[in-house]
Amino acid sequence: MTTTTIAGCAVELNDEGFFEHPEQWTREIGEQIARGEGIDPVTPQHWKVIDFMRAAYFAKGTGPTVRVLGKTSGVTIKELYQLFPKGPAKVAAKIAGIPKPKGCI
Amino acid sequence: MGESIQKVSVVISKGSLDGIYPGLIMANGARAEGIEANLFFTFFGLDAIHRKHHEHIKISTVGNPGLHVPTLVGGIPGVSSVVTHMMEKKMEHLDIPSIPEFIEMIADTGAGIYACKASVDLFGLSKDDFVEQVDDIITVGDFYDRAAGGQIIFT
Repeated sequence: MTTTTIAGCAVELNDEGFFEHPEQWTREIGEQIARGEGIDPVTPQHWKVIDFMRAAYFAKGTGPTVRVLGKTSGVTIKELYQLFPKGPAKVAAKIAGIPKPKGCI
Repeated sequence: MGESIQKVSVVISKGSLDGIYPGLIMANGARAEGIEANLFFTFFGLDAIHRKHHEHIKISTVGNPGLHVPTLVGGIPGVSSVVTHMMEKKMEHLDIPSIPEFIEMIADTGAGIYACKASVDLFGLSKDDFVEQVDDIITVGDFYDRAAGGQIIFT
């Protein structure tokens, strides 16, 4: 685990770069992480997914897998992979400041 | 942790439910990790992408020690349908997609989906027999070209 400064705030990330404490997140931090992941510009459609992932995490204790995202976020699987080519659930979780979702599908 | 995997090419050669799912999960899971993926269906694996068969894939109940059902029992008419139905209910409960839905999903992730030309010729099939998600019918040489630089997973 490491403490890094993103967008002027000190945050704790695990070895894979996911947030240890989701409450430390701000939108500016999310934007910066997104750019680091090669997502620029961060469009409203990106934010729709990021916000959905955060809401799902706080409601259920875990972020959604890609399948659940595709079925319940209002964004199709095809579009999810266009928005986040390196893995929608994984990358969106990183940007959203929540732990990596657990699940095989 | 070593270097990450950049690409996987998964071969599916079996026609049973338990023979098909592992490959689908590997390909879909690869895409979810941002890994490029190809799916190559050969021999009885072609049933998974065949319009007439893909909704009727069964669990292998004969000579399948992993099922813990004696072969003579597993061979009784109707048993494979019952066991398959039970398994499908459990999978539905866990939100595991059916084979046709899974293939559609994997195609939507941008993975390549191919049928083996040798098997297609052997069974007297053509592109029209396959679901629309199949990109092409290719030879084993083409497969190796597409798999180059990545890992090959044989199931």
